[in-house]
Amino acid sequence: MGHELVVIGASWGGVRALGTVLGALPPTFKPAIAVAQHRGPDAPSGGLADVLSSRTRLPVHEAVDKEPLLAGHVYVAPADYHLLVEWGSLALSTDAPVQYSRPSINVLLESAADAYGPEVIGVILTGASDDGAAGLARIRHRGGVGVVQDPETAERRQMPDAALAAGGALRVLPLDQIAPFLIAVCGPSVVAQ
Amino acid sequence: MAEDRASPRPVDLETLEVDLLTEAIYQAYGFDFRRYSRASLRRRLRRRMEAEGLATVSALQDRVLHDRACMSRLFADLSVHVSSMFRDPGFYQALRARVVPVLRTYPFVRIWNAGCAGGEETYSIAILLREMGLYDRARIYATDLNPAILHQARSGTFPIAKMQEYTSNYILAGGTRSFSEYYVADAGRVVFQPSLADNIVFAEHNLVTDRSFNEFHVIVCRNVMIYFDRTLQDRVHELFYKSLITFGVLGLGSKESLAATDYRSCYEPIDDTVRLYRKVR
Repeated sequence: MGHELVVIGASWGGVRALGTVLGALPPTFKPAIAVAQHRGPDAPSGGLADVLSSRTRLPVHEAVDKEPLLAGHVYVAPADYHLLVEWGSLALSTDAPVQYSRPSINVLLESAADAYGPEVIGVILTGASDDGAAGLARIRHRGGVGVVQDPETAERRQMPDAALAAGGALRVLPLDQIAPFLIAVCGPSVVAQ
Repeated sequence: MAEDRASPRPVDLETLEVDLLTEAIYQAYGFDFRRYSRASLRRRLRRRMEAEGLATVSALQDRVLHDRACMSRLFADLSVHVSSMFRDPGFYQALRARVVPVLRTYPFVRIWNAGCAGGEETYSIAILLREMGLYDRARIYATDLNPAILHQARSGTFPIAKMQEYTSNYILAGGTRSFSEYYVADAGRVVFQPSLADNIVFAEHNLVTDRSFNEFHVIVCRNVMIYFDRTLQDRVHELFYKSLITFGVLGLGSKESLAATDYRSCYEPIDDTVRLYRKVR
């Protein structure tokens, strides 16, 4: 059973950190990737996807409701929506913000744990928030893999610290080691070229 | 754990429990949540389980079946959806610029705001029509499955704390007046001018189980179907297709696509970025 899905949560400093991680993944990377990056409700539509597109060779989209998850594609939660994962597709919600955040990282990670169980890898990057800690713990509880950015390498360490305290991390890695780890655990086939 | 390796997906017990619960609710009470999108449904069920002090979905099923009050509380959780006035101002700009000029050519206009929740969208549309001089020959049918929230919508009251956000949305949406002209503040709430509701018909309607009830020039249903699975979305699209006049307009949420539905070829985009479509066949 391989890892089919990577879910990443990021907040303060997250755009740069996401660029580093996604930028180091090869175009042959197999799992689909779903991203929740905190930002204001008025952030321009498609803005974050455009920025990340310029930093990675993987195709990046702003998620549309019930869009099928494709291997090696990156899906970004739209501003002012929660992004959730179903088996094989994405779903959106306008439910109230969770811990003041919409998109909420916990909402994304918990739904990924529900839908993909042991096949999901959760990643918590920099942020000044506690969001994502509960979601990462749920991923581990369901047999998935939890990765936390080493707080020492995070622009804001609160979010990685919270995720570590909640016990969701299998690995704590410096920012530049996260992509190599993802490539390694997702199997040699992904670096075939 | 003995996981079934031949299974196409990692089955967990809660998936089964949710299937059983929604089937039980349908058979016992007639509310059909069986084709609601699983991810959001599970979140909402967990919230109810937490509030009831229950550890499993099966325990919730037991309580729901034997305690009608618990069913009411769960119904409130599952049927609520959140919106704001003039959410996505670009949508309302496009309504003003691209749709209202066409609506002017009709002697009378019927608009269906499906899944109107607390009336945030309904009042936004009413204000827009009034400013465009179209309100007096329009009727807005605002429907929702939740009678309590319809009651709230009918009252035209909204939290005062929201007015800053709504005012800024209103301005971005191309509003031509001062937003505060439309309401009076009253003890933490604002009450919108009752005359805005003169041509609004609030009614209970369940998109899952109820049929079409009129022919409409415009149907606005935004961020409601995101809570449905693909099969149910297709069924609701059939309902909307049958309820629209030829050249009628369909407005969806900004992240809802027609592309995946069976009805995509029946519409052409008026403005694809704000999800406004015209029925052409």
